[in-house]
Amino acid sequence: MALQSLDIRRLSATTVTPPQARTPVTGTVAKLIDVSKCIGCKACQTACMEWNDLRDEVGENHGTYDNPTDLSPQSWTVMRFTEHESNDGNLEWLIRKDGCMHCEDPGCLKACPAPGAIVQYTNGIVDFHQENCIGCGYCVAGCPFDVPRISKKDDRAYKCTLCSDRVAVGQEPACVKTCPTGAIVFGTKEDMKVHAEERIVDLKSRGFENAGLYDPAGVGGTHVMYVLHHADKPTLYANLPNRPRISPMVGFWKGWAKPLAVAGMAATALAGFFHYTRVGPNEVSKDEEAEALAEARRIREEQS
Amino acid sequence: MSHQHDDHQLRDKDGHPLIERYNPNERTNHWITAITFVMLALSGLAMFHPSMSWLALLFGGGQWTRILHPFAGLVMFVSFAILVVRFWHHNKFEDGDKQWLKQIDDVLNNREEKLPKIGKYNAGQKILFFVLLFCMCGLLLSGIVIWRAYFAFYFPIPVIRAAALLHSICAFGIICSIIVHIYAALWVKGSIGAMVRGTVTYGWARKHHPKWFEAVMRNTRK
Repeated sequence: MALQSLDIRRLSATTVTPPQARTPVTGTVAKLIDVSKCIGCKACQTACMEWNDLRDEVGENHGTYDNPTDLSPQSWTVMRFTEHESNDGNLEWLIRKDGCMHCEDPGCLKACPAPGAIVQYTNGIVDFHQENCIGCGYCVAGCPFDVPRISKKDDRAYKCTLCSDRVAVGQEPACVKTCPTGAIVFGTKEDMKVHAEERIVDLKSRGFENAGLYDPAGVGGTHVMYVLHHADKPTLYANLPNRPRISPMVGFWKGWAKPLAVAGMAATALAGFFHYTRVGPNEVSKDEEAEALAEARRIREEQS
Repeated sequence: MSHQHDDHQLRDKDGHPLIERYNPNERTNHWITAITFVMLALSGLAMFHPSMSWLALLFGGGQWTRILHPFAGLVMFVSFAILVVRFWHHNKFEDGDKQWLKQIDDVLNNREEKLPKIGKYNAGQKILFFVLLFCMCGLLLSGIVIWRAYFAFYFPIPVIRAAALLHSICAFGIICSIIVHIYAALWVKGSIGAMVRGTVTYGWARKHHPKWFEAVMRNTRK
């Protein structure tokens, strides 16, 4: 599954530097999802299924348009529909295409204990290499967006690849290719930011004064960005996190705790070794054995 | 010198009398706990730090390491819980334990004659007992929360994060404690025999656990 045409910036559970010689001169890539242009047709979901050969189980209607209702090992992207009543009494239908955000500082990769199961390419895409995945689910705990899903069939983690296989050969992700309204676009991150800026100016001119780009700094920015009409309230969009970042608990567990714990254990073992070589063993002498036997006799005599 | 009770006396191959410190059930119980602990420490470390991920090969790779670890954990917890029931009454803190801790310098420098008289366990062993008990409970509870195949999906993600961190902290505590435990057994000669063969010499018992020695002498000589 490893795509050698995409150079690797980071590998999970790897302490050495991966090959760094080639860096993309054009910078990283990004997918921009303009929520204000989305009509909720789910063509992107279908394209994702088709390109990736995924077929989720047919679910049930839960009274919303969400179908399926959640991400799964077979559904790497899901449209989330929110009916939002604004202060002026208007009803807004907010539709967000949910899926992996491809964080610049990926919590899943930080949490992953399996060498090479999660990689970040130099183009910014965060990809799971299932052949190395051990199914522990640490990526689920690490992700600030609740994206990775562990398959019950093979105990491996799955999520959107940003079509790394397509991008590797110069194509855009399947969802981008299929989007009929142009709500999803793909290019270099710089270009996508410029494009987003134009969209935001347009939205502001139409009365969405809080329109803005969702490219959260807490995770170093993302390679999937949203244009939101209410960028001041991301949680309106099916609980898109306000200020996502790697949880401090994950940060400590997968950060300082690792070298400190290894050092602590090594120090404990070394302390024992040096105690032995400095002080030496605690042994029972022949005299002490004899004294013990004498005392045993004394006790026995006392009792008889 | 052939008294009747000598027929029941444990002796080593050269005829020196011995005291039974751990009976066969206690030894088996201890070693089941110990073997599962080693498995758990190695497989756990494989999933903790990249420098040790090669340890996963000992268990048949990463997936097998992930599968086996929690089951071994259940065995260890149950086995340890039985040990706790067996040894609970020997691990109550008593007079002299504080003094023993104050004189830790004498302990570490093999000056046992200066220490207060010790029963079956010294204060260090008792502290180990309770640290292990605490860590074992922490590991079990947090381990269930992060057991992805069967339980993790019942818990909210912030709880899983806290459990993962708690699991690491307890594992660190227990591994360091067991390193000390193993070292103490290597350092105090005769201790390994106590848990492997079940017996200690009179001299060992009197030197390291004089109050226990006396109690055993008084009870078995009726």
